[in-house]
Amino acid sequence: MNWRRAWTIARKEYTQFFRDKRTVAATMLLPLIQVVLYGYLSSDVRYQPTVVWDLSRSAESRHLIEAFTNSQYFSMKYRAQSMGGVVRRIADGQALAGIVIPPNYASLLHQGKTPQVMVAVDASDATAARTSLSVAQAIGASVSVGIQRKAAIERGIPIPKVGVDVRARAWYNTALRQEVFIVPGVLALVMQFTMTFLSMSTIVRERELGTLEQLVVSPIRSSELMLGKMLPLMTIGYINVTAILLMAVLWFGVPVAGSVLLLYFTVLVFFFTTLGTGILVSTVAKTYIQAIQLIQFFLMPSMLLSGFIFPVDAMPVPLQALSYLVPLTYFLVIVRGIIIKGIGVEYLWPQITLLAALGLGVFIFAVTRFQKRID
Amino acid sequence: MRVALQLTGLTRRFAATTAVDRLSLDVASGEIFALVGPDGAGKTTLMRLLCGALAADEGGALVDGIDVISQAERVQSAIGYMPQRFSLYPDLSVMENLRFYGTIFGISRSDFEARARSLLVDFALADFADRLAEALSGGMKQKLALACTLIHRPSTILLDEPTAGVDPVSRREFWRLLYGINRSGTTIFVSTPYMDEAERATRVAFMTDGKIVSVGTPAELKAALHGEVVEVRCSRYRDARRALHGIPSVRSVEMFGDALHVLVDSAETSISDFRRQLQAIGIEDGAFRSVPPSLEDAFVAKLSA
Repeated sequence: MNWRRAWTIARKEYTQFFRDKRTVAATMLLPLIQVVLYGYLSSDVRYQPTVVWDLSRSAESRHLIEAFTNSQYFSMKYRAQSMGGVVRRIADGQALAGIVIPPNYASLLHQGKTPQVMVAVDASDATAARTSLSVAQAIGASVSVGIQRKAAIERGIPIPKVGVDVRARAWYNTALRQEVFIVPGVLALVMQFTMTFLSMSTIVRERELGTLEQLVVSPIRSSELMLGKMLPLMTIGYINVTAILLMAVLWFGVPVAGSVLLLYFTVLVFFFTTLGTGILVSTVAKTYIQAIQLIQFFLMPSMLLSGFIFPVDAMPVPLQALSYLVPLTYFLVIVRGIIIKGIGVEYLWPQITLLAALGLGVFIFAVTRFQKRID
Repeated sequence: MRVALQLTGLTRRFAATTAVDRLSLDVASGEIFALVGPDGAGKTTLMRLLCGALAADEGGALVDGIDVISQAERVQSAIGYMPQRFSLYPDLSVMENLRFYGTIFGISRSDFEARARSLLVDFALADFADRLAEALSGGMKQKLALACTLIHRPSTILLDEPTAGVDPVSRREFWRLLYGINRSGTTIFVSTPYMDEAERATRVAFMTDGKIVSVGTPAELKAALHGEVVEVRCSRYRDARRALHGIPSVRSVEMFGDALHVLVDSAETSISDFRRQLQAIGIEDGAFRSVPPSLEDAFVAKLSA
């Protein structure tokens, strides 16, 4: 290993990178744009526009509607005067939920009977619909309990006891903020995307330029070339991580609960898989276009399988098995563990070990495949 | 005679084709050796084999006595190779490109400064040291590539069609530089599609279909051409060419600039035949004269033999 040659490559890469303003802008800004977009777009299914057809027009029905409004999941945007009006609002997408309160709602309550209230939800987006439906059920239950208590007090009979008192507590992300979950995931995703892409293009570009041919016939060793190429990429990677973390803390108020040092160390471990993948693709692809097409076959499935969007535990078993071959899966667990849960090596060592093993495997395979030859 | 390049049975195949076919050749130290051949003859493959960028299937090659097969890295430190395509970093300046290759080839910092300065002055690039390579003209790019090839003082340089697509003035300047480099003791192994360039070489090899069909000084190659060349100028070249081909004593008819070159055993006895043959198809303005054979005539004769 001749360090001077490796350093020469690294210095050349730095010079070229910072001279290309468009790449600099793309590499530095795209991650932040992703964080902002994911951070905001992932926010809950709150304030769903709702259309109400209140046939009861009573104090009781107003009370029920208030309960829905107070939940913050429904926003009473429209009043309808017919069933057709309700259907039309939902059909054309203005409203995502509809509430129909029957004319005899108040009178049935006074008779001690159970009136039926209809809540219809546009379930095109199943996930959002599921949330709205369960919130609606919960509102119904809590309003009922309130009415029963009130009735019992009015009649002077003892308040009926509830069977089981479930005290649910949210740990770690106590406020149940979606962005707390998403932003660390975006960090992992951006690392995966940017690093793989940059390492792939740094070699494919030299092949397209013909400069690789010139390097191949120089006394430089493959290991020196690789090291020289990786150092600048790691620097860029760490700049990205730092920017995303600052953004998470200062903009989204997502603090890092665990050790930042450990986080930076695991980022280093993750570099080996991403840079290795990039180099591997560059040994197969002859042109930049080919490389981009090839890399999609890896980036797309690995994002979907990693648990970034869909939890791995909820996947069919064969897909779960596949997801354990994706380095991003481990890195996501690590990043979320450190940032959200604040856990350390004592819990994360299996993931870190497996990530390191996968990374070294891919990296060594890629570097041995990268022969100092043209053919 | 010290041997700079020694090829013995060098062979390289790509799938069904044999790009370089059991090639044996010696190039003496201090020569300007030109490799001439049509596209696809295997010239680039041969160059790449000699600098260790491609692996040989059979045979071997010594460069300055070092085995290319087993000691590619030592060979690579000793030689310079300039690929056919311009292959420097367009987004680095002239000086940055030079420094990059200087360091890769392991020359010391102090040595580099002196070496770079003298190359830039000799190659008339000193005023453009800070210009990005992409902003250079075609001829200047080639000169910069040559300078990068020479930065580590190689004993032998391999140049793959260095002047292809370069304007005639720049070509002449480039060859003037090559002579200067050669005078200071560097062996030059150069492939070229231009016959006039091959004429300037110490020795020339004709290569076709992966084989070298003849080697010699330009004078030797021309002398080896058995026959004489008649230059024919007339109208309706295509018809004339077909008509001349029909004469039994004619061995080949080739376009040569704006005239036809006809290879025959004896020019004197043929010219009257030619005139008659052309008049028979209505070409009356034929002008005929015997000319000394050029290297291209020799090459064409060799190919058609």
